[in-house]
Amino acid sequence: MNWLIAILQATLFVVLAPLLAGWLKWCKCRLQNRKAPSLLQPYRDLIKLTNKQPVVSKQASWLFVTAPYIIFSATVLAASVVPLIAVDLPTSATADVIVMVGFFAFARFFQALAGLDTGTAFGGMGSSREMTISSLAEPAMLMAIFTLTMTASTTNLSGVIIYLLDHGLVLRPSFGFAVFALILVAVAETGRVPVDNPATHLELTMIHEAMILEYSGRYLAMIEWASQLKLMIYGVLIANIFLPRGIAESFTAKALGYGLLAIMVKLALLAVLLAIAETLFAKMRLFRVQEYLGFAYLLGVLGMLSHIILEASR
Amino acid sequence: MSIEQTDFYTQAILSMAALIGLTSFLMLGQGRLLRLIFVFALQGFLLTLTTALAAYILKNPHLYISAVLTLMLKVIFIPWMLKREVIQTNMHRDIEALHNKTMVMLSGACLMVFSYYVLHPIVHTTAPVMLNALAVSLSVVLLGMLLMISHRQAIAHVVGFMSIENGLFFAAIIATKGMPMVVELGIAFDVLVAAVLFGIFFLHIRSSIDSLDVDLLNKLNEVDK
Repeated sequence: MNWLIAILQATLFVVLAPLLAGWLKWCKCRLQNRKAPSLLQPYRDLIKLTNKQPVVSKQASWLFVTAPYIIFSATVLAASVVPLIAVDLPTSATADVIVMVGFFAFARFFQALAGLDTGTAFGGMGSSREMTISSLAEPAMLMAIFTLTMTASTTNLSGVIIYLLDHGLVLRPSFGFAVFALILVAVAETGRVPVDNPATHLELTMIHEAMILEYSGRYLAMIEWASQLKLMIYGVLIANIFLPRGIAESFTAKALGYGLLAIMVKLALLAVLLAIAETLFAKMRLFRVQEYLGFAYLLGVLGMLSHIILEASR
Repeated sequence: MSIEQTDFYTQAILSMAALIGLTSFLMLGQGRLLRLIFVFALQGFLLTLTTALAAYILKNPHLYISAVLTLMLKVIFIPWMLKREVIQTNMHRDIEALHNKTMVMLSGACLMVFSYYVLHPIVHTTAPVMLNALAVSLSVVLLGMLLMISHRQAIAHVVGFMSIENGLFFAAIIATKGMPMVVELGIAFDVLVAAVLFGIFFLHIRSSIDSLDVDLLNKLNEVDK
């Protein structure tokens, strides 16, 4: 029964991810006074890409063809670790949050290799930029996560959420810092506006798009889906850890349905905030990204410090 | 005693302490003067909120007067004065190049750890978690000094000085649960006088070296090199 719900939850993750991307795009379009595409447009895009014949360069090795599957499955595995509608599931008991970061690093490694594989200038440039940014983003993310795990004294995400639910509403200064650090890292890692622009293929600025420029057809669909999934994972992480109300603690149909409703509302609100932020801010120069991520790291460190200084029990 | 067992007031004060610490860090890394002044006003606003909260919880109505004074002086008057100064001298488009910003930020984090280390004996022997906030206010004082050392513009120095005062004021509120009215009024007028004096100081420094960059003061030599 538990495994069934775990599989159901991972499936929900995969199925709902394009919807979140569509909703985000819709909000952004409305904010910029444009006519918005339908919420189901990402699904249509994915179906269209899947039906198209993929074109693979003659120079490409086997890695280029297998990388999309590896990236997609690693991201799905990472998604299965994160509690979406219910806590205390077997999948989240087997792996903790550091494993989730590891899955992301694994997927990113193969994505960078695939970018380099065909030997185009853009692919190499995109891979190099992606690795630079992620090497700065990962310490900041881990700092933010360590702040949470020190509070709950477990690295298991379900454990953290259960701990927070048990203690009710407590104002923790360290969480304020950690959530900001995590939001900054999430924006950088999912390639959203101040760091990277997902909607453009301008050669000077693209990071994620440069890496996957050579992909087409179902391979592109896989990678697009994986990046939508990644956005959703970060969203769920932020929503469920810092606002855990509503998540199902028992496996009854009512609690699960309520949990699903709660997370959808939370994600929709979070997407609106992200769309507003993307509309307000312009993309940064690439060389300013390290300042931005340095700030995220500083917030993580401050979160840790304020946990030790202000909240530690003695 | 961990944070879950404390009352809402303590939690709110601790959150405020953390936010005030954050604004100090933001000021430290800020190259643009107008934004620096804005963050300073934000710190003043947080201080106002803390004072008002203390007044409400401790049922100490004269703290409201102190909160209003803080609001008028540190959120409205002094930032307004500094902003006018910046716009008059046409410095709002300049970005002050900070020397090794990363080093400054890291030493700021070290100062925070240091102030906690210094206050540890006090915090350890007295039970209330509230005293933890003292460590933050000491680090706000130290970060204000670091801000004065690392920035070159005279306006940034004034902001650093005022944020030192903010740190002391915060410490006074949380440690004493409201000082006597005379002391608070005295502090408020001291700050006001300091602000006016700084205005005159700006005028003089600008007329003698035609800039507010204090590094240029080194050129004022008796002998020609």
